[in-house]
Amino acid sequence: MHAPQHLRYSKEHEWLDEAASPALVGITKHAADALGDVVFVQLPEVGQTVVAGEPCGELESTKSVSDMYAPVSGEIVEINDAVAEDPALVNSDPFGAGWLFKVRIDGEAEGLLSADEYAAFCGE
Amino acid sequence: MTTDRRTPLDAVHDALGATMTDFAGWRMPLRYGSERDEHTAVRTTAGLFDLTHMGEIEVTGPDAARALDHALVGFVSKIGVDRARYTMICTEEGGIVDDLIVYRLGDEHFVVVANASNADVVAGSLKYRSENFDAVVRDASEEYTLLAVQGPASTEIVGSLTDADLPALKYYAILRTEVAGVPVLLARTGYTGEDGFELFAAPDDAVALWEALLAAGKPHGLVPAGLSCRDTLRLEAGMPLYGHELTRDTSPYEANLGRVVRLDKPEDFVGRDALAAAQEDVRRTLVGLTSPGKRVPRAGYPVVDAETGERVGEVTSGAPSPTLGVPIAMAYVASERAEPGTRLAVDIRGKAEPVEVVALPFYKRA
Repeated sequence: MHAPQHLRYSKEHEWLDEAASPALVGITKHAADALGDVVFVQLPEVGQTVVAGEPCGELESTKSVSDMYAPVSGEIVEINDAVAEDPALVNSDPFGAGWLFKVRIDGEAEGLLSADEYAAFCGE
Repeated sequence: MTTDRRTPLDAVHDALGATMTDFAGWRMPLRYGSERDEHTAVRTTAGLFDLTHMGEIEVTGPDAARALDHALVGFVSKIGVDRARYTMICTEEGGIVDDLIVYRLGDEHFVVVANASNADVVAGSLKYRSENFDAVVRDASEEYTLLAVQGPASTEIVGSLTDADLPALKYYAILRTEVAGVPVLLARTGYTGEDGFELFAAPDDAVALWEALLAAGKPHGLVPAGLSCRDTLRLEAGMPLYGHELTRDTSPYEANLGRVVRLDKPEDFVGRDALAAAQEDVRRTLVGLTSPGKRVPRAGYPVVDAETGERVGEVTSGAPSPTLGVPIAMAYVASERAEPGTRLAVDIRGKAEPVEVVALPFYKRA
């Protein structure tokens, strides 16, 4: 299980990098592997308000479509145009070039898992 | 359903790092790496599939051909020895129980290949329907492993491992031979829209055969290929899948497969009257859909009138086409909407996305 220590994780398999400013969000390698080849990413719009635990976009893979969830509440301040252009980045570099959006967090991020907790959660 | 059936190649798939999935109770490889790369390999070089989950039912005896004429919709007694035919088994009401390939190995010897999820049902139906004939129906699925080599490099790859005259082996023909020293039934059949072979062998020989094909194929670009790309390959080729395009509530005529129903054969067969009636009353028709957008119509999504939103059909299969680069789908629509060029929409999770009816298949090899 590859889950960087400095990130926090949602049970919907998004990661949140709070050290970045504004905070950065993507999906985990575990999620990307489960999806298979991602072919289309529907990102939220800049300026849109997202709510923790609620869907805010879509990930289409060959076999299925999955909702993208916001791990925190806040306002979208930037989306990753490179991923919109080349969705395969989500598979090849989910914790790096495959990030999805930047969000200005409203309040505190709650209910997220540490890297070890997330690894244990996925192992269930 | 529990995943308790494993193919003889189970450990080989694990060693290759495959993502495994449950399919009709079998633990099967979904993909080994990127399913799109596997798809492209089959279109341009070759892919190697483990299809051991398919069911093989042997029908033998003096009346074997007549029994199958009675049990199936096709004219089985017309199949030449060492030839195969795509056919179906239907209910008394004319619904599709399964689609099948029937191989004739001798005057009184047939192998019927059924989908994994239907193998038991088909074997049971064939037994029941053959009761008044001098024929023996036997589920031989445990005696066969089935591998497929599919793609333009298939002939070269398989040819390097056998003395059989492959150029003489026609599409939908079969012969007994050895491949890499392993006794096989070698058939020129497949489910990908490409040239290729299916190899029936003893389960004990599965690993040796797989390894030999993989090694011989590597220089030609052959890769192991999973069920995920098999699905997108068959969809591009416009081939129906049981449980999606074909169900007990579907007639072969609705599926554009009326040609497989031989109402003209002398033997009375199960479903004949209902099928004769169904031929005259085709209210919905299987079509291809393409979308100019990115969102993919998936199985179960409603097809609607682009202006009024009125429901006119339902998607049965859909995927982003690796070859065409756009979303493709098959759907049943009201027959008056089935003309290629018709503009419709698919309700993709609450939003109507425009689609166009196109002729099937989406992809045809050059």
